Amino acid sequence: MPALPLDDAGPYVAAAYLVFVALILIYVAIMASKLVRIARQLGELTELLDRRRRRDGELDAEAEEAVSR
Amino acid sequence: MTSEGCSGEARARPTPVPEGRVPPMRRAVGALVRKDLRIELRTGEAVPAMLLFSVSTFVLFHFALDRRSVEGELAAGVLWVTLLFAAVLGIVRLFVAEREQGGFDGFLLAPVDRTSLFVAKAAVLFCFLAAVELAAVPAFAILLLEPTPWEAAPELVAVLLLADVGVAVVGTLIGALGIQTRARELIVPILALPLLIPLAIAAARATSPLLLEAGAEAVPGRWLLVLGLYDLVFGLLAFAVFDFLLEE
Amino acid sequence: MFARGLVPLSIASVVLVVGAFALVFFYAPNDADQGFIQKIFYLHVPLAIVALCGFMAGGVWGIRHLRDGDRAHDLRSYVAIHLALIFGVGALVTGSIWAKASWGHWWLWDEPTLVSFLIVFLLYACYTPLRFSIEDPERQARTAAVFAILGGAFVPLNFLAVRMAESLTHPRVLSATGGSMPGSMRLTFLVALAGMAVLFVTLCKYELTSKEASMKLRALRRRLADDEDAAWTPTRRSAAPQQL
Repeated sequence: MPALPLDDAGPYVAAAYLVFVALILIYVAIMASKLVRIARQLGELTELLDRRRRRDGELDAEAEEAVSR
Repeated sequence: MTSEGCSGEARARPTPVPEGRVPPMRRAVGALVRKDLRIELRTGEAVPAMLLFSVSTFVLFHFALDRRSVEGELAAGVLWVTLLFAAVLGIVRLFVAEREQGGFDGFLLAPVDRTSLFVAKAAVLFCFLAAVELAAVPAFAILLLEPTPWEAAPELVAVLLLADVGVAVVGTLIGALGIQTRARELIVPILALPLLIPLAIAAARATSPLLLEAGAEAVPGRWLLVLGLYDLVFGLLAFAVFDFLLEE
Repeated sequence: MFARGLVPLSIASVVLVVGAFALVFFYAPNDADQGFIQKIFYLHVPLAIVALCGFMAGGVWGIRHLRDGDRAHDLRSYVAIHLALIFGVGALVTGSIWAKASWGHWWLWDEPTLVSFLIVFLLYACYTPLRFSIEDPERQARTAAVFAILGGAFVPLNFLAVRMAESLTHPRVLSATGGSMPGSMRLTFLVALAGMAVLFVTLCKYELTSKEASMKLRALRRRLADDEDAAWTPTRRSAAPQQL
């Protein structure tokens, strides 16, 4: 098993592979921010739907009351 | 512009009509070429500017390179870089009249094959380039060239014409691409230059033996082959693809 | 729609890429001429090959979009070219590092693959600005498809021209080995190439799935937007396709 040689070549090879890793991880970070945004928007939409349901539920309750009176 | 209404009809291919009703493509091409050449002769917008730009660039090269004359590979390089930049100037203006004065709509309503617009514009660009080179190459010879290229003139003309076909084809395609965008003057140069690099390589390599001080040598045939291949590939592509650029 | 097969693909890319790197450092022998530096070859060449194939795939999806007008093809074309550009940056940077380590210069005009790659990269770098400068989404998709087709045809032509331009005076400098490649090196290279290719496809699917989710979310918002308290912002201008 060869150890990493400490001559001049080592840092360059390491740099090249690190560039590759960095590109992949930067891509992961960008996709992560997109995912966070999607999750946030989903939360907003769910809340919106809940509010609407509640309001419709109140309207139904009012309508029933008016009918029964 | 929505695609309903009258544009929808323009979009449909012309339905089969009895023989003789639809004008053949060469008539349409001829009409379009004559129109553009006539406009250019009357207003003189593109060619004089391209020519002036070329000569100014030659002067610039004289100072930038700090040489009284160039020969061989350097001469070929200076010549082709200048010609290509001048061509870009022409490409930017190629479709402007159509865009600004509604020529596209008029053309789309006419019952002609849409590829005729491509052929016409490419022919017009080719004529512009030929006209510019007719004056610019002698100017180059006078200003910067040590040897006289007259003995190699036929080969030089052949290389110029072959390369002009490629520039005309690619230039028309990019002009049509660029006309869709808002940043036309920026998009066209940055798109055109990389696409034209193989042509520039082949043209410069083909021209450099002709401009040697010691006397013109033969042009390596393989570069002419590359030029021809470039012209063929992009010509075929343009035929296949140009229609889609015109749809509204 | 796009998410099918994403998980198995991502697992496969982990296995192949990690396996390739393990082979590079623990199995492949050191090159006789270049020594340890040659290990960059297993990174640089697969990145370049996959990027070029990605550009050409973008052209193929462009053809399919023009043929049937399906916007999903345009989205695939956009994502393929986008990711190929990123892989292309990786190829250029690793190629430059290799040049510096081998020959002492950060750039080599003598190496035709590097030079033609730079030209291709310069061309495709215009793809996103071109898309962004066209507002109408149908026009944008069609124009981008035409550009992708032109670029896809350009890649082999350009490679040929540059190769011919340099071949007479300068021999290949950044070749894999001095002579022929021994079997162990070839195996490592093939695994690395397969790993990069699978990684590329995985990342494409990843991005496609994410874009599809965003689009569906936007459509959902629009459907609920008739309510006053829904904050629906109209779509901003964008280079990417916004709707399928």
